[in-house]
Amino acid sequence: MCLAVPGKVLSVKDSAAEVDFGGVARSVSLDMLSGVKPGDYVLVHAGFAVQVLSEDEALKTIQCFREIYEAAQLP
Amino acid sequence: MTYNEKPFSDSALAKRMLEKLYDSAQSAGRNFSFMEVCGTHTMAIAKSGIRAVLPENVRLLSGPGCPVCVTPPGVIDALLQAAALPGAVIAGFGDMLRVRGANGALEDCRLKGADVRVVYSPLDAVAIAEQNPRKTVIFAGVGFETTAPLSACAVKKAKALKLKNFYVYPAFKLVPPALRALLAPGGAAVDGFILPGHVSAVIGLEPYRFIPAEFRLPCVVAGFEPLDILHAVNRLVSMVSENKPALENEYSRAVKPEGNPQAVRLLREVFEPADARWRAIGVIPASGLVFRQEWEEFDAALSLSLSEPLSPEPQGCRCGEVITGKITPKQCPLFKTACTPSAPAGPCMVSSEGACAAWFHYGE
Repeated sequence: MCLAVPGKVLSVKDSAAEVDFGGVARSVSLDMLSGVKPGDYVLVHAGFAVQVLSEDEALKTIQCFREIYEAAQLP
Repeated sequence: MTYNEKPFSDSALAKRMLEKLYDSAQSAGRNFSFMEVCGTHTMAIAKSGIRAVLPENVRLLSGPGCPVCVTPPGVIDALLQAAALPGAVIAGFGDMLRVRGANGALEDCRLKGADVRVVYSPLDAVAIAEQNPRKTVIFAGVGFETTAPLSACAVKKAKALKLKNFYVYPAFKLVPPALRALLAPGGAAVDGFILPGHVSAVIGLEPYRFIPAEFRLPCVVAGFEPLDILHAVNRLVSMVSENKPALENEYSRAVKPEGNPQAVRLLREVFEPADARWRAIGVIPASGLVFRQEWEEFDAALSLSLSEPLSPEPQGCRCGEVITGKITPKQCPLFKTACTPSAPAGPCMVSSEGACAAWFHYGE
């Protein structure tokens, strides 16, 4: 039930955003997350944006995985 | 900017993670049991087949993180009372309709003519109330910290619209108090937790500090892709082996240490913590949410005089032991025989994120 889906913010008007979910656009409430801008990626749960997704953090995490696991000398 | 989750299911990297896991699990020479608290993790683990490729001495157990599964049958019976009121519309998330109370499921009473509707968002329930001023709309308030602020927001919207026909039946649950209850003597024997990603996106990291501090158990907040889960398991094995329990956040792309303070403020404005009953577990102190006094007019239980009976669990159903990590679904005698997704006996088979449904659909 805590399922949340990433989407890209197309436009923002008042406290709602038009969000693109891989080709399907839907209005999403920004009542729980202000300061969202077009182009941001947001995590959407039951019609509400709950968090902005960070591309930087995603890249850092993957980079960190590569360092830990690809560098490791495994038997 | 482009945000992409795809790299988190890279198979070459997954293979390296598994190799590392086999190596460290073998050299540890002991068994590990970790609990994935969240139902969405249970589903992600089942779907990706991770459970089947883990080392023999590393077990993943499902936890009490499927809202439908932890909702006691008495809540369904209270909602059935509400559905029988003249002009009542029950609005809720889909899975709730098929869970049975002592007097049946909401789906059954819909077949008999009651107005029971599936909604995508609590705001949809507010819209139904606005469009149908003669109806009494009751939103089934089931969910954790991710869902509860949305319902708080819906209530505020109803107040701004001066609606007198919108109510929420508050059956929300809070994750950290349930984890504390699980760790009480006689509870689950776990060596660490994979913590929920989206609950944490709302509440942040602070509420989990007690797990390593008081219980000396490691925990990792994780995302829902295969690499997220494999990395979390690797970290848990390492932290246990090195006896260095800590709280780590692997899902930093969505979870900030402080969470979403705006959502938490909304939640606290409308609701306050109260003792709550969990299916098969019983009452856990301060693990639920009730309306604050100034918002009580929206409380369906209070305003419509609904009572929540102590309804019995379905006969033979062992969902309670499944969601506390005591047994796996296949240890329940009803699993795949008297309990299937098309004719579910208990909530863990009903819910799209229930452990029994996950094991049924994706194998053991």
